[in-house]
Amino acid sequence: MSEIFVSILLLAGASFMVLAAIGIVRLPDLPTRMHASTKAGALGAMLTMAGVALHFADSAVVARAVAFIVFILLTAPIAAHVIGRAGYFTGIELWGGTTKDELRERYDPDSHKLYSGLEERTARSTAPRAQDGSDQ
Amino acid sequence: MLDVAINVVYFMLSLALLFAFIRLTRGPSLADRVVALELIASVVVGYVGVHAIDTGVSSFLDVAIVIALTAFLAAIGFARFLERGGLKNE
Repeated sequence: MSEIFVSILLLAGASFMVLAAIGIVRLPDLPTRMHASTKAGALGAMLTMAGVALHFADSAVVARAVAFIVFILLTAPIAAHVIGRAGYFTGIELWGGTTKDELRERYDPDSHKLYSGLEERTARSTAPRAQDGSDQ
Repeated sequence: MLDVAINVVYFMLSLALLFAFIRLTRGPSLADRVVALELIASVVVGYVGVHAIDTGVSSFLDVAIVIALTAFLAAIGFARFLERGGLKNE
């Protein structure tokens, strides 16, 4: 009985990883490829580890598998964010069908600085929280 | 039942590894190659997990944990290298 569940978990994990790999080959630019690889790849690894935990059904193995799943869950978004940020800053070109790039007017590639759009307000209220913005 | 599933999973993971390798060799920018490397790392983690089930040796899980940790640190290091004025528009 548990063999069937283990098989299903392993096959689901491998399917997600194949989907991630297909996406990484077929998609047009860095953010879309990163989207495919990090989400589907991480879910595939997590499902595979869940299958391992169910197959061994031993407390030490289950503890390690759960630690692994939590680790993947924590680090996959961080790695994706960091790589995407580095890729944008090094000037990759986006896909031609991209309709919105909110960073373009906020980012200065020469000084390598990101602006939030709230700089004027914080510069004007030099006495912090004194008049609570009532005179502006 | 489980043997057939394990063989099918090996085949699918090999296919995923092949696709990720295509992107690793062709990727126009260095960031694309880093993304492909990270997918390769998680596919290898899947291999290790399936191999642990196949052989019945649960110690392979430690290998998987180390591979995942190394891949994460490598991604962070590559990103720092790119942002601190590494290669521009390779």
